[in-house]
Amino acid sequence: MNCYRFLAKDALSAFLAFLAERERVLVPVEKNGARSSVVFEEWHEGLPFTMLKSTVPPKAAVLPQCEVLFTCRRVPDEGDQNRHVMVLDDTLTAQPTVIVATRPCDARGFAVLDRPYLNGLYQDPYYAARRKELTVLTLTCPTGCESCFCHWVGGGPSSPEGSDVLLTEIEGGYLCQSVTEKGRSLLERSALPDGEDRLASMQEARKKAYQSLGRAPDLKTAPQRISERFSDLDFWNRWTEACISCGACTYFCPTCYCFTITDEGDPAHAEGGRRLRSWDNCMSSLFTREASGHNPRRKKAERMRNRISHKYATYPENWGVFSCSGCGRCVSNCPTGIDIRAILLSALGKEEDMISHGTQSKETGQ
Amino acid sequence: MTTITNPRMPHGITPRPLLPHANAYAPMLATVHEIIEESPTIKSIRVVLNDDEAQRSFTFEPGQVGQLSVFGAGEATFVISSPPSEKRFLQFSVMLAGEVTAAIHRLSVGETVGVRAPLGNFFPYKDWFGKNVFFIAGGIGIAPIRTIMLHVLEHAENYGSLHLLFGARKPGDLAFKQDIPDWLTRSDLDCTLCVDRADESWSHKTGMVPSVLEELAPQPENTVAVLCGPPVMIKYTIETLEKLGFSPEHIITTLEKRMKCGIGICGRCNIGGLYVCVDGPVFSWKTLQGLPNEL
Ligand SMILES: Cc1cc2nc3c(=O)[nH]c(=O)nc-3n(C[C@H](O)[C@H](O)[C@H](O)COP(=O)(O)OP(=O)(O)OC[C@H]3O[C@@H](n4cnc5c(N)ncnc54)[C@H](O)[C@@H]3O)c2cc1C
Ligand code: SF4
Ligand code: SF4
Ligand code: FES
Repeated sequence: MNCYRFLAKDALSAFLAFLAERERVLVPVEKNGARSSVVFEEWHEGLPFTMLKSTVPPKAAVLPQCEVLFTCRRVPDEGDQNRHVMVLDDTLTAQPTVIVATRPCDARGFAVLDRPYLNGLYQDPYYAARRKELTVLTLTCPTGCESCFCHWVGGGPSSPEGSDVLLTEIEGGYLCQSVTEKGRSLLERSALPDGEDRLASMQEARKKAYQSLGRAPDLKTAPQRISERFSDLDFWNRWTEACISCGACTYFCPTCYCFTITDEGDPAHAEGGRRLRSWDNCMSSLFTREASGHNPRRKKAERMRNRISHKYATYPENWGVFSCSGCGRCVSNCPTGIDIRAILLSALGKEEDMISHGTQSKETGQ
Repeated sequence: MTTITNPRMPHGITPRPLLPHANAYAPMLATVHEIIEESPTIKSIRVVLNDDEAQRSFTFEPGQVGQLSVFGAGEATFVISSPPSEKRFLQFSVMLAGEVTAAIHRLSVGETVGVRAPLGNFFPYKDWFGKNVFFIAGGIGIAPIRTIMLHVLEHAENYGSLHLLFGARKPGDLAFKQDIPDWLTRSDLDCTLCVDRADESWSHKTGMVPSVLEELAPQPENTVAVLCGPPVMIKYTIETLEKLGFSPEHIITTLEKRMKCGIGICGRCNIGGLYVCVDGPVFSWKTLQGLPNEL
């Protein structure tokens, strides 16, 4: 059974304080630099926050940009001071965390990461520990935004996948709906008043959000059509011409999860050595370069082909769903204006849809 | 031991043991026990796991790989080049290629290394029962061939005739010099050596692996060809095998990709939807033909 509670706007801070009693609370915060952006930061009393969609998804809560997998130290043997032993420390700590006011596309991002990190042949213990300690309170979107296309790829402005609680803005505040057991017990522990009497307004708001979206093209054939395009290098060259291989599209993506592993430090020195895991990205030419110098994806077109294929063909082959939640961040953050929707539609031979969705088309030069 | 089969592997390969660890990223500690200079650029490193019980109970299948690490320098992938029956140590035969391999070459006996193993799939040797097996190795490709060939030779009664064609650029580059006299003389193996460039000491064949193979002309009937080596060698050798009449499912090879996690998560070793670290490194040519051409 779902649990519904009402969170009045003026009770927001008190609610965050309630959450912060037990856990780290991450909220979207506006930053005004050369380019204004919204990022998740730890909430504390008095921190101004926003309910806007974040520029950077909260992926780092489960997969930090860089983390220590273990430290290694070469120390004298207790029994024999002339000998040394190597000591590895892979103790992992996961801080209980609640994310507040992320969006459905980013919550679905967690579901995309869960499959390879939790349900593959091997489980990733670092990710698993953080994920277990994570609670996701998602704000459903009031309308679609310029670059998003969540409803093309199985989501929508109030999609519950990956969330523990959905918040929908209604008059005077937010209606909170539990999605998981975790979300339900959180709401029940809170002092929020019952919200069942406001269900109609919630449904009305969600319906309005859906109605604001354009028509979604049918992507059922995407895995097959993209695989068929594999050898059509002209196609990939054409769509990648402007790309500068900066990797922004992957670093901003809530569903990209590739990483690299490197060592640094020296186990024989006092400060020891560490093995690190850091975000990596398949748009970089170093990603697949082998020690011999051979590189199966030397050209940027080959790397774009891999990125698109992974999202819409091979991840679906392995896991049954797209590894794109349609958040549109790769579109809005690409310095050269490359639009993944246009590539996708063109690969599917749905050029006519491109015009109606207002996405860029290389052919028409728009 | 928990075993698991990969539903995505088209030909039923024997189950793969999972790492005996909860944390698949944390290596087991091991000590360098012996170092063998195989050639100017290849060293075999024999390591013993520090935990006696782990060493005693360590099992793997021929063709499986390990991630060998020098702490502070990094980690790289190598096939376990000793046969599974070798219980005293694990051997990795390492060709000098870059940073991590250079650090491995600088190791001395008694130093501590990290090992994450066994990883990946292995040669489907049970499918070869009753068949002739023709092993073909080029350069460092002899490392995986050594483990599977020694395993097959230990169970020679299960197979037909066994052959090895082993090539290198020049005589000094041939690895496993300790093993070669045995391979040349034993009655259950027909061994041919070749080099691209011979010198006056050379008494074996001269020529590239594919052309020597063409000359040897193995009969494809009831025979499996197992080949490992650099990508160009693989490419031309497969062409020759097809010309000789070998069918794609009877050509077995191993692939190399840049790897990091070795457990199917970090995302860099894929060919289409398969990941070489968990779905490979062993593939039949038939499987490879069905995958995107991105070798
Ligand atoms: C399945 C498989 C089996 C293989 N079997 C063998 C074999 O039996 N014998 C053999 O000789 N070769 C084998 N190789 C090839 C071997 O893995 C490469 O030659 C080796 O990775 C080269 O590493 P390098 O660091 O010396 O080269 P580099 O070109 O310097 O680097 C190659 C890799 O090492 C990483 N690396 C470099 N520095 C660091 C650092 N500080 N921390 C962490 N990582 C670092 C790089 O990021 C890169 O991924 C195999 C490869 C595969 C995929
Ligand atoms: S591929 Fe682009 S639209 Fe899809 S989830 Fe990643 S950033 Fe968002
Ligand atoms: S953000 Fe744009 S330019 Fe940068 S790698 Fe992605 S597609 Fe290329
Ligand atoms: S090496 Fe990480 S996925 Fe294969």
